[in-house]
Amino acid sequence: MHLVIEPGFFSSGPVGTALVIGAVTAVVSAVVGVFTVVRGQSFAGHALTDVATTGGSGAFYFGVSPLLGFLGAGVVGAGAMDLIGVQRMRGRDLATGIVLGLATGLAALFLFLDTTSRATTGATQQILFGSIFTLDPSTIPLVVVMSLATLVVIAVIRRPLLLSSFSSELAAAKGIGLRRVGLLFMLALAVAVGLSSIAIGSVLSTALLIGPAATAIRFSTSLRSAVIVAGVIGVLSTWLGVLLAYDSFYWFPSSQGLPVSFFIVALVFLAYLVSGPLSARSARRGALRAPRPSRVEAGT
Amino acid sequence: MFASFMVNAWLIATIVAVVAGVVGFFVVLRGSAFPAHAIPNGAFAGAAGANLIGVNPLIGLGVFSLGAALGIARLSRRGRADAVTALALVMMLALGAAFLSQSTEYEPAIFSLLFGEILGVSSGQILPVVILGVVCVLAVALLYRRLLLTSVVPEIAAARGLRPERVEVAFLVVLACATTMTVPVVGALLIFTLMIGPPAAARCFVDRPGPALVLSVVLALVTVWAAIACSYRTNWPVGFYVSAFSALVYGVGRAFAARRLRRPVPVA
Repeated sequence: MHLVIEPGFFSSGPVGTALVIGAVTAVVSAVVGVFTVVRGQSFAGHALTDVATTGGSGAFYFGVSPLLGFLGAGVVGAGAMDLIGVQRMRGRDLATGIVLGLATGLAALFLFLDTTSRATTGATQQILFGSIFTLDPSTIPLVVVMSLATLVVIAVIRRPLLLSSFSSELAAAKGIGLRRVGLLFMLALAVAVGLSSIAIGSVLSTALLIGPAATAIRFSTSLRSAVIVAGVIGVLSTWLGVLLAYDSFYWFPSSQGLPVSFFIVALVFLAYLVSGPLSARSARRGALRAPRPSRVEAGT
Repeated sequence: MFASFMVNAWLIATIVAVVAGVVGFFVVLRGSAFPAHAIPNGAFAGAAGANLIGVNPLIGLGVFSLGAALGIARLSRRGRADAVTALALVMMLALGAAFLSQSTEYEPAIFSLLFGEILGVSSGQILPVVILGVVCVLAVALLYRRLLLTSVVPEIAAARGLRPERVEVAFLVVLACATTMTVPVVGALLIFTLMIGPPAAARCFVDRPGPALVLSVVLALVTVWAAIACSYRTNWPVGFYVSAFSALVYGVGRAFAARRLRRPVPVA
């Protein structure tokens, strides 16, 4: 047993907090992620993580809770992208890129001020790449409440959201306010990104958002199964990542462990790579599967 | 501001701006903003890895950015291009974080790799940057017509027998090359803003591709020069100014385009 789980894993307080917050944020990210991938908004999702970086580093500078910084900046960023036109397909990447670029610049400034004027160390590392083991257990209630709220919003708008992702004309004909649904979704996306930012760091939260969802969509034939599979992959990757990171303190003679986020991202990436050949095999055996995006769509 | 230790910074920034203006023009035209953002992050991991095992960072940068470019091109063939790009990006960043966690130099190393350190450029760094810069510009010059055709009128490009996938791979390799030379100078996260802001603004002012390309280079130069000057005066990171001025230039471009004939903004 000790080969797999190093002593003290389950009795450690920080590990318990990490497992709880990790699981909750992984589920929210996975659910929101399925819609993000289906809508082709991976870049927007990723850009919001960079905006969250700005918020996190700003919060660090002003001495506010990083979670508030991540969430606040994410919501502002989502609004800004909506304003300069992420809803239109054409030029969407450009609008995203401009917001992303500006946010990164601000993050650079805040991190610079953090490290120079406040004599704090580890700010860059902590904000960008996360430190799930140092989370304060008192943040659990806030994380859970925000997660539930996000899931409720997604559950309410799931039908118009899905319809507008596949055919905006049909959705408009049915009287769905595309703009409102899009904005609500961007806000949910911002909150999901903010939550996973405190777990695995703002730059890497894209992994939990896109990875499990992209993997699940390859296997699934319905929205429900995609959401469930994505959630399971997300939670398993997170827990296994926490475990491996905990163990890795004993791997090197320097007892310098590898970061948790590295393991989580690596597991998520691995799952996606493995899912390619697997889903191709199940397709040959005649299982139903979602149509693969056509060459044209993938190339643009 | 033009003291001897600053000469290198001005020189190298000028080269970087020219390359970013040229390559960025096609990034904007082709809508490749996401790969242009992802590849520099791969380069970040390469530099961190090279740092760890003690080889020249330029080698790590080159290997990883090329690997990221080819990996994205390969995986995009089956699967959604944007999801694949996002995943490749975070995987590279996570590798970079892992490498850095094992190395002894920590905070300043991360910061300068991600956000650049143009004021600390040594004379030895100039030659490789010049060579890679010339290679990039030459490659774009060679690919110019093909890039333009496949980006703007893919149907005509196909009718002429051009293979869009091949052009895309070639372009991603050029992007990787441009990244390798620019990351040590302006940082992984900010070369992207330089490749997006000025070229996108240039397209708001001019329609014809040739003049737009020239204007894109000019705007990139102005952005970088102004950023260095402000950074020198205020001591704030140069990356902040580069991104702020890029966004400003783009904002002015959008406003100009909105006023000009009151027609839709030429995006993508």
